[in-house]
Amino acid sequence: MSTIIETKNLKAYYVTKAYGVERTVQAVDDISIQIQEGEVYGIAGESGCGKSTLLKVLLGSYKPPLTVVDGSITYHLDGEEIHAETMTEDEQQDLRWKKISYIPQGSMHVLNPVRRIQDTFHDFISAHRNVNKKESKAMTAKYLKELGLPEKVMRSFPHELSGGMRQRVTIALATILWPKLIFADEPTTALDVVVQRGVIQMLKDVQQKEGSTLILITHDIGVHANLADRIAILYAGKLVEEADTQTILNNPKHPYTQFLINSLPSLDVRDERESIPGRPPALDNPPKGCRFHERCPLAKAVCETVDPQMITVEPGHRTACHVVEEELNREPAIQ
Amino acid sequence: MNQPSNNQTPLLKIDDVSKVFYIREGFSNREFHAVDSASVTIEADKPEILAIVGESGSGKTTLARMVLGMEKPSVGILQYKDRVLADLSKREMRNWFYKEVQPVFQDPFAAFSPLKRIDHYLFETVRNYKMAIHKKEVEKYIDTVLQEVGLTFAEIKGRYPNELSGGQAQRVAIARALITKPSLIVADEPVSMLDASLRMSVVNMFRKLKDENQVSVIYITHDLATAFYAGDRVAVMLRGWIVEMGPAEQVLGNPLHPYTQNLKISIPTIKSSEAWKERVDLSVVEADEYTRTGCKFAGRCPAVMDICHNHIPPNIVTEGRTVKCFLYDESIEKPKNEMVEPTN
Repeated sequence: MSTIIETKNLKAYYVTKAYGVERTVQAVDDISIQIQEGEVYGIAGESGCGKSTLLKVLLGSYKPPLTVVDGSITYHLDGEEIHAETMTEDEQQDLRWKKISYIPQGSMHVLNPVRRIQDTFHDFISAHRNVNKKESKAMTAKYLKELGLPEKVMRSFPHELSGGMRQRVTIALATILWPKLIFADEPTTALDVVVQRGVIQMLKDVQQKEGSTLILITHDIGVHANLADRIAILYAGKLVEEADTQTILNNPKHPYTQFLINSLPSLDVRDERESIPGRPPALDNPPKGCRFHERCPLAKAVCETVDPQMITVEPGHRTACHVVEEELNREPAIQ
Repeated sequence: MNQPSNNQTPLLKIDDVSKVFYIREGFSNREFHAVDSASVTIEADKPEILAIVGESGSGKTTLARMVLGMEKPSVGILQYKDRVLADLSKREMRNWFYKEVQPVFQDPFAAFSPLKRIDHYLFETVRNYKMAIHKKEVEKYIDTVLQEVGLTFAEIKGRYPNELSGGQAQRVAIARALITKPSLIVADEPVSMLDASLRMSVVNMFRKLKDENQVSVIYITHDLATAFYAGDRVAVMLRGWIVEMGPAEQVLGNPLHPYTQNLKISIPTIKSSEAWKERVDLSVVEADEYTRTGCKFAGRCPAVMDICHNHIPPNIVTEGRTVKCFLYDESIEKPKNEMVEPTN
């Protein structure tokens, strides 16, 4: 497997200047990740932790006030190295929808309300391929059939479809040109459980059919557990832990991840569940040191001053925590 | 499940209530049953959390709006403490009913005006209901109410809603509801706008309110996990019907109605990958299910029988709950290749 997209020490801040007052919001701070070809990479975290900002930067579609302050984003597509942060508008146009695609959250606001679904499909396809209406219609019909969507969807208007069907049409629209890299921003949020299951099922189908890479952003750990191969946990703009799904779920190291996993209510036990004390910090003035230390039960003096670095716990399992680091350093001494 | 307890009047009695909306299509009016003959009773002597779960468009919010008196039922009677809601005068509504029944809404930031300080709402409610008169007393009273939800008056004094986190704002919204010392709180999706780490703090608070303040809560949600966690009883709604209702352990622990079973295995959990081998059918157009003549789940039900397409299933009491399904009707002969076992 080869890397398809990687970031190195990526820092993306919202920088605003008004009446001489400068304000920076450190939404993505020092994130280095490598995503392999053909995997489902999950990004989890609470709202306001920078997941959507990270996605915007990865997609290369950002405008001031959001600026990449430092670091790089590199795509490895068909043997070519493309630097996303220096892409021109034309290069972006060329990549989008054909090689890199994006599934947005609110399907209601994506589909044109006054056009039938098949016309919307035509608009999108004809922007990238030289096709006439008949050809695009045949393409759409074939693709929708492959994904198991009923044919009558094509002639419907968006408001006639149920929420789940609309979201699945949006997914079909985003993937009809078989992109290599698919970004999905909260694709199942605000859907009911049964519908959510249908959408997850479909995302899996699409990803497995062509072996595309899927980057999935959602705050719902349950969705990640069923879809992602690897999960990255973000907290207040920082990457705090990254490992394969089973490790994150069964053996999380970072205290924040542990809280996040333990606070999931389940249908098996009705014991009292603890909630994480406090609230996420504001990113325009993040706390010094580890950004989680104010809410962390294990916090020490060092956590308040020194920013923890990413350390490798085991191959493929990285975390940024002073407590874990100390434990790791201590272990060999005992043996 | 509507056991009469010591001849006491129930706190809330929803008796065969329906709400019909009309949709104009050209010259004809089409009927649309948002809530279809729902019956629920909450006893006065033992407070409980009744969780109403269902998909969007299942009528759970319409039911809540009727309980709050914001919507008049088309058929049926709503009784609160033996008084029929429809017969209350405007003054009684304001002075008595709204003191007894208080709402908590989904989005705390939409419930509070962003231009007003958040304590203003608390002051206003205290004054309107004359819970305290002088400024000092009012502040003291607000402080005690806020402490019940884990906040202090000093924390929120003079703050605007955007200065609070979602969890804090929602707790202020609940504190505002508690000011009138209500006996019933109707919470419509109170945690769905909140983050996972803050969600449990709000749900835990409902449990505390029930235990310590004797407040009954109608907790409306689409999230089965928190419904199971918080609810004493659970009512599952589908397209206006209550299809299954009973104690939470039974209804969600061992669901009988095929729809509830479908809901339960669809929750994405850490272990659900095994349960998801079968594929799900989704409805294309939601309105089709509302206008079905027989059981509204017949189009998607794995255990569907011929009778389900044309007849409305009866409410059957079995295993400590009510189920609206022909599968549990013993007078009906069932096909042999059943996909859902009726018992255990």
